[in-house]
Amino acid sequence: MATEMPKKDVVIVGLGWTGSILAMELSKEGLDIVALERGPMRRTVPDWQYPINTDELTHAHHFELMQRPRHSTLTMRHGLDDTALPYRKLGSFLPGHGVGGAGVHWNGQNWRPQVAEFRLKSYVTETFGADVIPEKMQIQDWGVEYDELEPYFDRWERLIGCTGIAGNLNGTIQPGGNPFEAPRSADYPLPPLPEGAAARFFRDTAEAMGLHPFPRPGGNASRAYVNEYGMQLGPCTYCGFCEWYGCYNYSKATPQTCVLDALYQQPNFEVRTGADVMRVELASDGKTATGVTYVTDDMQEVFQPADLVLICAFPLHSTHLMLLSGIGKPYDPRTGEGVTGRNYAYQMMGSTSAYFADAEFKPFVGAGIDGYSVLDYGVEQIDFAKEGFIGGSYISVGHTNGQPIRSMSLPEGTPNWGAGWKKAIGDWYGKSLSVSSHGSNMAYRDCYLDLDPTYRDPYGRPLLRMTFDWKQNDIRMTQFMKKQTEAMAKAMQPDSFKSSYKDADSHYDIRPYQTTHNVGGLPMGNDPATSAVNRYLQSWDVHNVFVSGASAFPQNIQFNPTGAVGALTYWMADALRSDYLKNPRPLM
Amino acid sequence: MRPHPDSPKLGLLDRRGFLGAALGGTAIAGIAGGAAAQQEGPPEPLPLDQLTPEFFTPAEWVMLIALCDVLIPADGDGPGALETRVPVFIDRQMVGHYGRAERWYMEGPHDPDASPLKGFQSPLTPAEIYRAGLAHFQDWCGRTHGAGFTDLDADTRLAAVGALMDNDVDLPAELRDFPDFLLLNVKQGYLSDPRHGGNHGMAAWSYIGFPGARANFLSWTHPDRDNVPYPLGPVSINGERA
Repeated sequence: MATEMPKKDVVIVGLGWTGSILAMELSKEGLDIVALERGPMRRTVPDWQYPINTDELTHAHHFELMQRPRHSTLTMRHGLDDTALPYRKLGSFLPGHGVGGAGVHWNGQNWRPQVAEFRLKSYVTETFGADVIPEKMQIQDWGVEYDELEPYFDRWERLIGCTGIAGNLNGTIQPGGNPFEAPRSADYPLPPLPEGAAARFFRDTAEAMGLHPFPRPGGNASRAYVNEYGMQLGPCTYCGFCEWYGCYNYSKATPQTCVLDALYQQPNFEVRTGADVMRVELASDGKTATGVTYVTDDMQEVFQPADLVLICAFPLHSTHLMLLSGIGKPYDPRTGEGVTGRNYAYQMMGSTSAYFADAEFKPFVGAGIDGYSVLDYGVEQIDFAKEGFIGGSYISVGHTNGQPIRSMSLPEGTPNWGAGWKKAIGDWYGKSLSVSSHGSNMAYRDCYLDLDPTYRDPYGRPLLRMTFDWKQNDIRMTQFMKKQTEAMAKAMQPDSFKSSYKDADSHYDIRPYQTTHNVGGLPMGNDPATSAVNRYLQSWDVHNVFVSGASAFPQNIQFNPTGAVGALTYWMADALRSDYLKNPRPLM
Repeated sequence: MRPHPDSPKLGLLDRRGFLGAALGGTAIAGIAGGAAAQQEGPPEPLPLDQLTPEFFTPAEWVMLIALCDVLIPADGDGPGALETRVPVFIDRQMVGHYGRAERWYMEGPHDPDASPLKGFQSPLTPAEIYRAGLAHFQDWCGRTHGAGFTDLDADTRLAAVGALMDNDVDLPAELRDFPDFLLLNVKQGYLSDPRHGGNHGMAAWSYIGFPGARANFLSWTHPDRDNVPYPLGPVSINGERA
């Protein structure tokens, strides 16, 4: 029998980026708010104070800040007739664990999608004709346009103290910035980082090739900065321990550095850690939620009644919770009907590593966003009809870290062990850079999320099941990018180079780390037949349930998702504050 | 008073010059008395073959030492796996959360024959895989080369480790991760912070030029320093310097 807690106005599931922001914004309305976080409390001190935070084994191999598969994982299969098996140890992607979520351990790379990406299906159809869309590709419009979101992108970038150089200010192209970016109403709040040697080398090379390099934007502060909540950031020290680590120096934008200490001062906000939400409880008519049931660390079941339920977990977990709670019709890949679990997508990565015997790159001089990028091969720059694929990529060079185990890049043909390996690490550590392609991934009819028929979590609930594989459209995209990154690497005149790209025979490999950019599962849109949440991220079926985060992406963008997640969160907060709270109902 | 450990190194002195200066400083501090003696660093630890491992049996320990010696040999530039005490690191890993797979999902049913693309699927923990993997490899050496691994000559050891690393020693499916785990753990022991038992004296970091916990490299983004080698040796989490 569950213990019943006093009712709250709002219950928030998961205290990462989106939960923190929504709690802060709704606390201004005087609402009584509780956030339930299944992991532990985490703070800069003591959790990632210097120098204990520089332990590569603990963070980059044992994943101290990530979820424990024993406690929470999923199963994966490549197709509808395949048997899914559990993701038993972390590899391909790394959901966060504890307060701050994955917002603690990101690099801070922050982007606005291009205008066309928000209306991808319409853009492709209008520009190239519907027949360029391959059979079973299931791309959709987001239901919200870039122009509507622009103020919220700006607010998010000011929250995180985003560094960069504007490339398109109100439609006017600016020198030094990204000329292909969506038009912005204001410059970045902070200037770019100084950039390391490899990044600047790439900038000069790309310029000589006629490309348009610009400093990679993101949330590593370049100056002292105070945001709208009074939270302070200090300049990044290039310590070289960013992604997969907490920032000791209050330089990386995280929920801890940008929101939480201000939020904890709000008298109407409470956080409970070690509170693992089992399901959203629905009223007998199934049209509204009554609250959520969670289990504490000591296995006590608790019911938390609330008027408004905000699901703010990692995309995979938000989808899992919606499936377990019976909210929205589960997606069926055989008929293409149903919405919960629809359009799971990932990120298509590739790179060309180049080796320079005489270089002194000092890769330990690293920052999470260090790098110059080009968007000359972005979604809006490519003729999909001519090239035979839909998608795009940004290409970068930077040194985010020089951690000696995970970032030991060695030339083609180097032995993996023995005297030859030992000689090579002495010869080549700090002598390489990587020209990296960060590409889109489309949605497909048979790439989706549902509940596994066999495997269970420690509470006896079915694990989430991922059905996913690479498709030829996205392989063609990444092979196109391979030609570009190899041309850029060659132009840098290295002693040698090697490429790592998916090819026509590649299948999804869950072992090596790729990205934690798992998106979709609860796509947003204006059609309840093809979207799980409407354009305000509100459940179509249960109007007092809203779901934030990248689960709303109908397919993946060519960029790191956090910028779009941040903008969508402020967009959703505005819909709640200006409309829904005054008159709770389906907004569409 | 002992000079700051970095002080002779600033100003980009040549390496031989500042090593001498640092040693002189240590000797003076040693005469000065008890408090300073702590700063000379811990006494040299016991040789590997005199240690009692926490996890490995004496026979496994001898074999692990020999395997590490092949995977990162002492010959040539840079330290070997034994000088850096990689076996100590692996032994500690076996009795920690990694060896026990405490963070991994270990519920059945298991399908260890599944496509490797689906990742780790063995029902065994890393510690169990090491134990069974070492025994299997020992048997394989006996069947293939007529003697246990540690009784083979150097060339045959090299060939046997090559077969193991190529996963060509008839490992059963539930042990198929053994070569990858062993090699990764050897590299982790070689290159991770010395607090975990390996990378003794930060010799592997000194060899490749990784400075460890020096916190602030912002000034090294200046273009004037692009071609300047980093002048300082490594610092560990516990404050050791090399």
